[in-house]
Amino acid sequence: MPDTHALVSDFLNKLKKRKIEGSKATAKLTAELLRSVISQQRLPNTNQAGALIHAIKAIGDQLTAANPVEVAVGNIVRRVLHIIREEDVSLTTASIGGLSLQGLSDDDDDDDNPLVSAAAAAAAARTTLRPPSLQTLLEDIPPHSAAASAAAAALHHSSSSAGDSEDKTKSTDKNSRSRKLKHNVIEAVNELIQDIATCHELIAEQAVEHIHHNEVILTLGSSGTVIEFLCAAKEKKRSFRVFVAEGAPRYQGHTLAKELVARGLQTTVITDSAVFAMISRVNMVIVGAHAVMANGGVIAPVGLNMVALAAQRHAVPFVVLAGIHKLCPLYPHNPEVLLNELKSPSELLDFGEMSDCMDFGTGTGSPLLHVVNPAFDYVPPKLVSLFITDTGGHNPSYMYRLIADYYSADDLVLQQRPTS
Amino acid sequence: MDPRRPSRVIDPKVRKVGFFTPGPPPERTQSGPAATTPAQSPISNSLSPVMIPPPRHASDNLSRAVGVPVPTLAHPPVDSLQVGSYTLSDSVFTASPTRSPSSRIGIDGEFSEDSANWMKKDGSGRLPAVVTTGGTDLKQAIEALNDDNSGDVGEGASQKNSKPLKAKTTKAERRALQEAQRAAKASAKAPAQTSKPVKQANQKKDVPQLASSSVVHEKKGGDKPPEKDRKKDMPPPRMQFDDKNRVEKAKKRSVVKQTEARNRVELFRHLPQYERGNQLSDLGSSFFQIDDVHPTVYKVGLQFLAGDIMWSNTRCIAMLQAFQKVIEDYSTPPEKTLARDLTAKINTSVSFLNECRPLSISMGNAIRFLKARIAKITLAQTEPEAKTSLCTEIDDYIKAKIVLADKQIVIHAVTKICDGDVILTYGSSSLIKMILLHAHELRRQFRVVIVDSRPNLEGRQLLRKLVEKGLSCTYTHINGVSYIMPEVTKIFLGAASVLSNGTVYSTIGTACVAMVGHAYHVPVLVCCESYKFHERVQLDSICSNELGDPNVIAKVPGRKKNCLDDWASKENLQLLNLAYDVTPADYVSTIVTEYGLIPPTSVPVIVREYGREHILI
Repeated sequence: MPDTHALVSDFLNKLKKRKIEGSKATAKLTAELLRSVISQQRLPNTNQAGALIHAIKAIGDQLTAANPVEVAVGNIVRRVLHIIREEDVSLTTASIGGLSLQGLSDDDDDDDNPLVSAAAAAAAARTTLRPPSLQTLLEDIPPHSAAASAAAAALHHSSSSAGDSEDKTKSTDKNSRSRKLKHNVIEAVNELIQDIATCHELIAEQAVEHIHHNEVILTLGSSGTVIEFLCAAKEKKRSFRVFVAEGAPRYQGHTLAKELVARGLQTTVITDSAVFAMISRVNMVIVGAHAVMANGGVIAPVGLNMVALAAQRHAVPFVVLAGIHKLCPLYPHNPEVLLNELKSPSELLDFGEMSDCMDFGTGTGSPLLHVVNPAFDYVPPKLVSLFITDTGGHNPSYMYRLIADYYSADDLVLQQRPTS
Repeated sequence: MDPRRPSRVIDPKVRKVGFFTPGPPPERTQSGPAATTPAQSPISNSLSPVMIPPPRHASDNLSRAVGVPVPTLAHPPVDSLQVGSYTLSDSVFTASPTRSPSSRIGIDGEFSEDSANWMKKDGSGRLPAVVTTGGTDLKQAIEALNDDNSGDVGEGASQKNSKPLKAKTTKAERRALQEAQRAAKASAKAPAQTSKPVKQANQKKDVPQLASSSVVHEKKGGDKPPEKDRKKDMPPPRMQFDDKNRVEKAKKRSVVKQTEARNRVELFRHLPQYERGNQLSDLGSSFFQIDDVHPTVYKVGLQFLAGDIMWSNTRCIAMLQAFQKVIEDYSTPPEKTLARDLTAKINTSVSFLNECRPLSISMGNAIRFLKARIAKITLAQTEPEAKTSLCTEIDDYIKAKIVLADKQIVIHAVTKICDGDVILTYGSSSLIKMILLHAHELRRQFRVVIVDSRPNLEGRQLLRKLVEKGLSCTYTHINGVSYIMPEVTKIFLGAASVLSNGTVYSTIGTACVAMVGHAYHVPVLVCCESYKFHERVQLDSICSNELGDPNVIAKVPGRKKNCLDDWASKENLQLLNLAYDVTPADYVSTIVTEYGLIPPTSVPVIVREYGREHILI
């Protein structure tokens, strides 16, 4: 536990100081951190999943508080929680299945056992989001939010009742199960890390379906996914040209342009102000995103709302590339302000540049000059034509549905409620 | 020079190209037999006298001798109008046969002492400074220059004589012409600008022609009716720089030897795109060698080139004042009419300025006004009278159309600023600055948001001025405009021009700001003097625009190392620095002019009802 403590606080520091940049890197690091936390977590004999979930939630709480704008952290924490729940449920169903068979054969079991097992199975069916069948709909099920706890309770109950009947297998069974849970969870987290690492490739594979010959593509700022996407199309012998808006005040467009030119793409760098002038000759806008919200809105590098509006005016498709780890299960409220971050004004004006003309002696005390340097823009879903994720292309209106595949409803709110 | 003759066959129609009334019909019958290459006239008609610089280099003539017989194209009226002046030119020529070649040498590249000194002084690179450091030398130099100038004008005239002759070719003349052509061809083969042989040829040819040509010219000069009002106000189409032939021709004629930029953007081949900065020192050094551009115009041109005069109003005023100087220093050569000769002179200056930096629409309007005024000068007026009247007219124009109009606009616009407003503006417009400062003087309580963007980062200048005056300002870049927009209550924008379909032609980025404002339902007020209105229509920002220096894009302010520093060596990479964009009319709530606040749909009305008045009256 002390080891993980150091790791966590180190990561927290980095997040707070904004040392880690880019949602992909953050997501990867978060997943790796959580993996080591899980592997070092000592689990109690009973209710292991609950304990694990509790521990992860506590860390997730701190992590999201360290950089609330970086939603990828929260996303990954939720993904890991979801993984734990799923593994737990699948273990439970397996054991209950075994148990009920056992019970039937033994013939001396408690009366309520099959009932509980049926309820747990139903709950498991719900939480794993299998397509609902008529049977599951007709059955009497505990409320959805309680499903997992019901499953855990069932596990507890059945294990204890099983313990009554069979003394010998008790300890070995428990040990193996706890190890199995941990093992399975770590396996799944590894898969998640793998997914994050390869999402670029999966997205880039779809490039040929979207980019055709002689097209003109516009992009703003820099995004690794966009580079891969464009280069993948280039490798498939598509010839097209790219306009890169430089993306003030960080001018990452320059690095993007350099990279594209190195890969042999026809690239033209334009100023951000020329976006409206040039968009009439553009066939498609392809950009990366910082986060994708549940309503299909996008938290994107600053300036993209302007580009999206210009694209809408000229009926140019506005395509957002986003790995599934950027998908945030929250619905945004006033995201322009609440999910934004103001960067240093020195990126726009040097400190002291205006000091010679400002009168500090008199005046009301409130400074005359404010410099606003936001980091992100919110692009509402109506301006987005298409999301391309590693699972394929999606409409903005469909994003809420994808969320159900990757997150469980219990975890949507990470903050632990104060216990009364 | 002679070789130009074949192409010189100019029928009166061609003269329409400029801002002149057509020659009288009888003339045409006189020049009848020549039947003047009709196929060429449409081309020349389609060309703008403003866009095409006039020929003035010996090299030009030479190359033309080598090249295909060119269509008459754009001799701006300079040429066509200097009819009847040959006597003067001849006299000048014969009077100073020794001086002229020697002065030529300096021009032709062997440094005269003057130019060598100049080069040393020019180290600083900044032009205005250089011009002032010239000090007393400069004065003398300018005097010398003026002397030189008159000589050159005369010379130019002499070479031009031949053109009307062509219309009436006798056998003897044709022979002379052929001889001259041959001589010119021979000289053309020699490299560099060997102007002397050509001159000899010129002289040779001039002698036999004297008698016949004088007759023609007197007639031409004589029955010239007083200038009428121009019926056709339609501005000629702009020069398209993707037309290689024309570009070649224009280049030969240009004073400013521009080298073409590398890695040009395919989409903008129709616009001139040159390397910046490198011509400046050359031009500075040739300050004393210019022949037919007035030194004041030259100075203003170099300031345009160096970017010292940037704003459309200041550019326009600088240009008009330079023309005032031109008019003051002007004296009509004998046997020429002031109206025609002066227009020719203005045309030369205009094309020079246009080479330095493409003229803005407002400047085009001012030039049209000036030419219309010059055209109205009757023969009855004496020269000093005409000159003073022109100068006062220019003064009045500046006063009425720019200074007073600005004041009136400020009065109108201030009524729209209320207490508690948050005014957003983009870039730096002198008019907007005046409005904001005036509202501040009226003790309105408001806040200003200044949105800025590369390439010029002009907003900083405005920010500085406003902060100095104690206005509360917020500064952001254009990408942050969506963030700031919810708190904005009004958007004030300046404009370079308003076109008659209501679109606003303005600094690049204006359209973005107006669009975001429109999306957030913030009213967009465009402030623009009505002299900048233009009857042209435009739908996108690509057909007509101006390209700036691409190197500006590569350099990020405040960074020592830029990742695009070596962009020119990569053929796949282009940098695009657009100067203007076009804001669609539906983003604009109202346009504030000196006539009041009008919707964008009313722009053509203003153009129609008020635009004519200053041109026609």
